[in-house]
Amino acid sequence: MHDKTIKQLSDDLLAKRISATELTEHYLRRIEHFDSDLNAFVSVTRNEALKQAKAADERLAAGDVSPLTGIPVAHKDIFCTQGVKTSCGSKMLDNFISPYDATVIQRLREAGAIMLGKTNMDEFAMGSSSETSFYGTTHNPWDFNLVPGGSSGGSAVAVAARLASGATGTDTGGSIRQPAALTGITGFKPTYGRVSRYGMVAFASSLDQAGTLTQTAEDSAIMLQAMAGFDERDSTALPDPVPDFVGNLYTPWHAITIGVPKNFLDDGLDDASATAVRDALRVFESLGATIKDVDLEHIHLSVPVYYVVAPAEASSNLSRFDGVRFGYRAENTGDLTDFYMRTRGEGFGPEVKRRILTGTYVLSAGYYDAYYLQAQKVRQLISDDFAHAFDKVDMLVGPTTPTPAFGIGQKMDEPIQMYLNDIYTIGANLAGLPALSVPCGFSDGLPVGLQLIGPHLGEAALFKTAHYFQRETNWHKQIPAGYA
Amino acid sequence: MSLDREDIEKLCLLARLNIATEEMADVQAKLSDIVKLVDQLQAVETDGVTPMAHPLDHGQRLRSDEVTEIDEHAHIQLNAPHVKRGHYLVPKVIE
Repeated sequence: MHDKTIKQLSDDLLAKRISATELTEHYLRRIEHFDSDLNAFVSVTRNEALKQAKAADERLAAGDVSPLTGIPVAHKDIFCTQGVKTSCGSKMLDNFISPYDATVIQRLREAGAIMLGKTNMDEFAMGSSSETSFYGTTHNPWDFNLVPGGSSGGSAVAVAARLASGATGTDTGGSIRQPAALTGITGFKPTYGRVSRYGMVAFASSLDQAGTLTQTAEDSAIMLQAMAGFDERDSTALPDPVPDFVGNLYTPWHAITIGVPKNFLDDGLDDASATAVRDALRVFESLGATIKDVDLEHIHLSVPVYYVVAPAEASSNLSRFDGVRFGYRAENTGDLTDFYMRTRGEGFGPEVKRRILTGTYVLSAGYYDAYYLQAQKVRQLISDDFAHAFDKVDMLVGPTTPTPAFGIGQKMDEPIQMYLNDIYTIGANLAGLPALSVPCGFSDGLPVGLQLIGPHLGEAALFKTAHYFQRETNWHKQIPAGYA
Repeated sequence: MSLDREDIEKLCLLARLNIATEEMADVQAKLSDIVKLVDQLQAVETDGVTPMAHPLDHGQRLRSDEVTEIDEHAHIQLNAPHVKRGHYLVPKVIE
């Protein structure tokens, strides 16, 4: 059952070949069997999942169905889930039971999807390896000693190890696409504003976006169809109507022009990954696409821009965690300043503290112009480069990450080395562009990801192109040994 | 541009977060590395470029000035560490 896609499972559920309860019990058994080692889940909502499964079976019997009715999914622990612990992988929220549902959670629930549990992540979404969580490291099912990537590592592993049929994630600098690449699955980040951020704990408000981790682009389109669209509770949500992402997949693919940023196929890219990307481009050529080189002139500045803008916004967003109204509160504190300093000093992990301090520095008097304002100007230049590229090509294609999965503990002492994992993914966040990663090969037995980036609101074309790629290739069907 | 210990302590106070004494040197070194990374931006020519406030260049959406929220503070305060008669309690702040 667990090797089937959401689409296949939905067909089985509608044809009554399986029930939602059977399917949910199956995944819960797998989680119980595998997750004490993998550590993909922070909370498993067993009773609630079985209750939702029963309700889904009633809906299926009554013919009240949607493509997600009865489909068990996992949610990154950054989404508020009413009555259920929402930790963001942090000691700061270890005791936090959310009083409300995020819009993403509500919409997927209303579509009939079943919540299996909340997945592990880098603390407050700050990381590229899922090693900074208060709940410990999540392991890569392709090699237990390697990281799965981050920050949506738990969600990626849940899908890669087939502990859930799909999962939600968030992507601020690559946190969906990078773990998808390192675990051999499909990860999708929509256009900024396409999916509501209401109830999604904020890291960097101008970069954060909710998205999906699934086996296929088709499944991603099915999930995004339910998640996307205007929400009056998010003032940055786009009013544009949501097209039929799923229906569009099955229409003929018209040959497009693909741009390959030559800046990405450089010395920083692992040889086997470069070969896999080049082979993938040949698949697109065989389908009739034209391949062109493009030059994103300022893209090499995306990491420094990000490490000014994201920490600055994080330092503001995380100021709400002060021990007064909810979350961790230090004991036996002195005056109010000591109360705040000890609560936050004890509640946050080292990477989060580093980023808050960095953000505080670049926003402080005397440094704001030189750092924050300058970074926002360079951000505009990077965004303009993408816009110029999309004047000449329909889509950009390249690698998702510079290397496959790396060793647990290998980069923890070198923040800059860790940050460079996101070198190809960050640009799409800075420019607010939709982007996805699909598996395209292996490097010494480890998955390699192919990244596709589209113009604003270009989700439909991205899904369709990735879907056609997955019709021609089998990389997305590979399951790590021991999990089949 | 390197940060010294006094810089870090000042930032800690501004951000209201403690760094333990034994972690100070490490934080100082790592933060200095990050500042060195972002210093690359200083060399970029940006005259006449508008800083990007929103990736799709949208403004702030407004809504009509009507009360739409309901009073749920009892429900929301279930997570509060210390509440009395709807007020959050903290250690005494006035001497």
